[in-house]
Amino acid sequence: MYAFTYQRPKSLADAAAAIQAEEAKLLGGGQTLLPTLKQRLAQPSDLIDLGGIAELKGIREADGGLEIGAFARHAEVAHSDLVKRVIPALASLAEGIGDRQVRNMGTLGGSIANADPSADYPSAVVALKAAVTTDRRTIAGDDFFTGMFETALEPGEIIKSVRFARPDKAAYAKFRNPASRYAIVGVFVARFGGEVRVAVTGAAGSVFRAEAFESALAADFRADALNGLSVEADGLNADIHASAEYRAHLVTVMAKRAVAAAG
Amino acid sequence: MANPNGIGASVRRREDQRFLTGRGNYTDDFKRLNMTHAVHVRSPYAHARILGIDASGALAMPGVVAVLTGADMEADKVGSLPCGWQIHSKDGSPMKEPPHYPLARDRVRYVGDAVAVVIAETREQARDAAEAVVVDYEELPAAATSTRAIDGSAPLVHDDAPGNVCYDWHLGDKAAVDAAFAQATHVATIDLVNQRLVPNAMEPRAALGEYDPSNGEYTLTTTSQNPHVTRLLMGAFVLGIPEHKLRVVAPDVGGGFGSKIFHYGEEAVVTWAARKVGRPVKWTADRSESFLTDAHGRDHVSHAEMAMDADGNFLALRVSTLANLGAYLSTFAPSIPTYLYATLLAGQYKTPAIYAEVKAVFTHTAPVDAYRGAGRPEACYLIERLVDVAAGVVGLDKTEIRRRNFVPAEAMPYQTPVALQYDTGDFAKNLDIALPLVDYDGFRQRRADSRARGKLRGIGFATYIEACGIAPSNVAGALGARAGLYECAEVRFHPTGSVTVFTGAHSHGQGHETTFAQIVAERFGIPIENVEIVHGDTNKIPFGMGTYGSRSLAVGGSALVKAMDKVERKAKKIAAHMLEAAETDIEVKDGRFTVAGTDKSLGIGDIALQAYVPHNFPLDELEPGLDEQAFYDPKNFTYPNGCHVCEVEIDPDTGVTTIVNFAAVDDFGRVINPLIVEGQVHGGLVQGIGQALFENCVYDEESGQLVTGSYMDYCMPRADDVPSFTVRYHEDQPCTHNPLGVKGCGEAGTIGAAAAVINAVVDALSDYGVTHMDMPATPEKVWRVIREATPAMAAE
Repeated sequence: MYAFTYQRPKSLADAAAAIQAEEAKLLGGGQTLLPTLKQRLAQPSDLIDLGGIAELKGIREADGGLEIGAFARHAEVAHSDLVKRVIPALASLAEGIGDRQVRNMGTLGGSIANADPSADYPSAVVALKAAVTTDRRTIAGDDFFTGMFETALEPGEIIKSVRFARPDKAAYAKFRNPASRYAIVGVFVARFGGEVRVAVTGAAGSVFRAEAFESALAADFRADALNGLSVEADGLNADIHASAEYRAHLVTVMAKRAVAAAG
Repeated sequence: MANPNGIGASVRRREDQRFLTGRGNYTDDFKRLNMTHAVHVRSPYAHARILGIDASGALAMPGVVAVLTGADMEADKVGSLPCGWQIHSKDGSPMKEPPHYPLARDRVRYVGDAVAVVIAETREQARDAAEAVVVDYEELPAAATSTRAIDGSAPLVHDDAPGNVCYDWHLGDKAAVDAAFAQATHVATIDLVNQRLVPNAMEPRAALGEYDPSNGEYTLTTTSQNPHVTRLLMGAFVLGIPEHKLRVVAPDVGGGFGSKIFHYGEEAVVTWAARKVGRPVKWTADRSESFLTDAHGRDHVSHAEMAMDADGNFLALRVSTLANLGAYLSTFAPSIPTYLYATLLAGQYKTPAIYAEVKAVFTHTAPVDAYRGAGRPEACYLIERLVDVAAGVVGLDKTEIRRRNFVPAEAMPYQTPVALQYDTGDFAKNLDIALPLVDYDGFRQRRADSRARGKLRGIGFATYIEACGIAPSNVAGALGARAGLYECAEVRFHPTGSVTVFTGAHSHGQGHETTFAQIVAERFGIPIENVEIVHGDTNKIPFGMGTYGSRSLAVGGSALVKAMDKVERKAKKIAAHMLEAAETDIEVKDGRFTVAGTDKSLGIGDIALQAYVPHNFPLDELEPGLDEQAFYDPKNFTYPNGCHVCEVEIDPDTGVTTIVNFAAVDDFGRVINPLIVEGQVHGGLVQGIGQALFENCVYDEESGQLVTGSYMDYCMPRADDVPSFTVRYHEDQPCTHNPLGVKGCGEAGTIGAAAAVINAVVDALSDYGVTHMDMPATPEKVWRVIREATPAMAAE
């Protein structure tokens, strides 16, 4: 990697000041950024390590749902008794991210700020009506992801925490890339009373809601309610691992599996 | 009393203590005073002309010691990397053998081809400067696949290899095969691809070059499976350094799978550069370089036909293969798709006539050479896939068609129509052991149960035989090898009775430090702790051909036995003298030398002491010391063989294949350490399964860029992708021509597994009319064939 200045601020205010440096980058768990640096594909002037900031940590019950600090590592979310009790589907999603080493380092805030189209968490942010709180404002989960590796965050804006609403029923079903273990297709299904959300990650440039699936499930929350429904293959991701057509097929399969798992 | 750590004991690997506690000594661990670091500037293009190299910017950067290019090597008369095996085409002409310089001179021929080397105080400084070396390329069109390379319009990889053909070779009796096909009742045919693989040893390649101006000696420390061969090839052909001035050390090496057999350009570069800059030079590949520049494996496109009579007896086999050798000839590349492949096409069957044609071509890709199994997995895969197709054509059960065509045990030794003579093997016995292990009788019920759950179930068989323990040197020489293929061992007893063994075999995961010590401990009745195994250093080992082709025990172990025989013969003479008995009256058992019919005896330790403190010693007759050396040149290949059975379940909704059961029954001859053998089988199976379901090295057809250049895209098998294996072996058919009766076990798993898995996948999909699927059987590929066969299912 190229040389950079490493900083580890103790407070959010100090981090916000440090990130003002021209080519500074925030460092969460580093599971995308560090490999990128090692391959010399990025050359930040400063790395602002957020790991020393207490305000970004912790998992709390809030408004009947959960508020999870941006620096919560995937393994913490996966193993948290609180998460398992309030939104077990979220713990299960975290348990399926990458591999053990990635889960021990990677963070919620890092994952959603990076907005990898194949990441798992974006589906939960959208399906669980999340609100993303930053050092400047609160952004609705529905508005947070704006494109491939793009979010509503402004330059230097730092995610503090994410609030997830508690669904009546929810599950995440993922078809993982056998090589990278990212989602080729991941579908998060959540039911809130009469409302159902179906958020799809991995299939397109950014997470999206499958609205036809949602209305079918709102009327009849059973896997069979999705029979005959599919998303349009046009515009979906295609690579050596999966064509757009196959991804479109998997969205239905994974959505059905999520509904079946949600019970 | 049997030695608790002797032959047949599952002794835990002695070397694991240092590996598991981080105390291994790998090439990159070595640090030298004033050491510099090398980073290669590599071609970003598959094919380009080098118009100029401007290193001025790089040379001005911090810490940069030198930037060296192909022109500098040329000025120093550095030679081309030699090829160790020459093949002749059908018309008798020798293969095309274009030069392969360690640093490219005027053209680059694959992405990753080395153009220059930057040497700096630190690795990061060298990397920084490597980015600042400006190479002016004129990009040229590329041919990235073998089929493209021979289509008549493809750009030439080498101007002196017309049509990109390296050789067009054949083996077998064409007329006999044609005649048999004319008489055949049934013909089974198959077209298949054995895809290219990246070896992916855990330790990336590395090399450390040193030069001592006080005596003119060079030292190369390198990740090699055969340091003596590297010394010979690099010293004699590339750098012009005589053997007595060149030491090559291969310390702990973290896996090779064949990819570290070969002499690579980086080894020559650091050795040459060390003298040039007057300081030690170390290079270590990063993982991206490993993907780009380690010699790849496989990459065959084949068509095969089997002629049969009305009862499904094989009459003749006809095979045509297009083999991709990459941009340059790697050390043993030409031998892999010829003498290590076509000679195995009889498999376990008594097919009376076989004819194989192999066209080997250059492409704008990384060189292709031996990768675990090396030609034999390609042969096994082709035969065993074709036999399954043949079973379908004739309407026979897949076990029955095999049984009907096996070479019977009583026919051994058996001369195949493709040059080899199998010494021993009982193929029906392997199958008999395997069937109950997988409850073959219960398969129909399990298939019905799967179907009831909406799943598809299949079972696949693969029988294999391989030629290992390469090789009788005169045979190999007649076939084009430019080296001998014997092995050397030295057994040195020390005065206090402990032993150091020097072996030319090299261990990079095989466990020689344990296995070889067991053989010595057993022979001399001494504790295994008293035996040290030394390998991997040309200054310590008399000579060696290294480790590949499952040869270490069959050839290196035999040399060890010969050296022990010599020690014992001398010890017997010493014992006779010490015991004041005739030599003929001395009986030897487990290192104890006894005067027949008496209780007068000596242990080997007593004799060793006398050998080095020769106060009561037959000095007129014998030299002092107890240190013997032997070379062993094998009389034949060894023929490990076995039967692998795989059972899979496929989820038709996603196309995901799950291996639910896998049994391997192997005949490795005599087994020295069952624990290590089982580990070798497990590892081999996983590599074979990796090829069948996951791994695929893909180059972009247009640009020649490596698409699968990292673990994000190149899918390695992982622990949770495989079941718990059922592994059995029998020792009823020991090798008849080496003293240990051993055959070798290093590659077997890889050879049988891929065919067994694909046969199971095809079996599971047989209701959809599927008779073949190329590897890897990815979920999308499986899903597509299901969907195309039953459009209704996809819509559901």
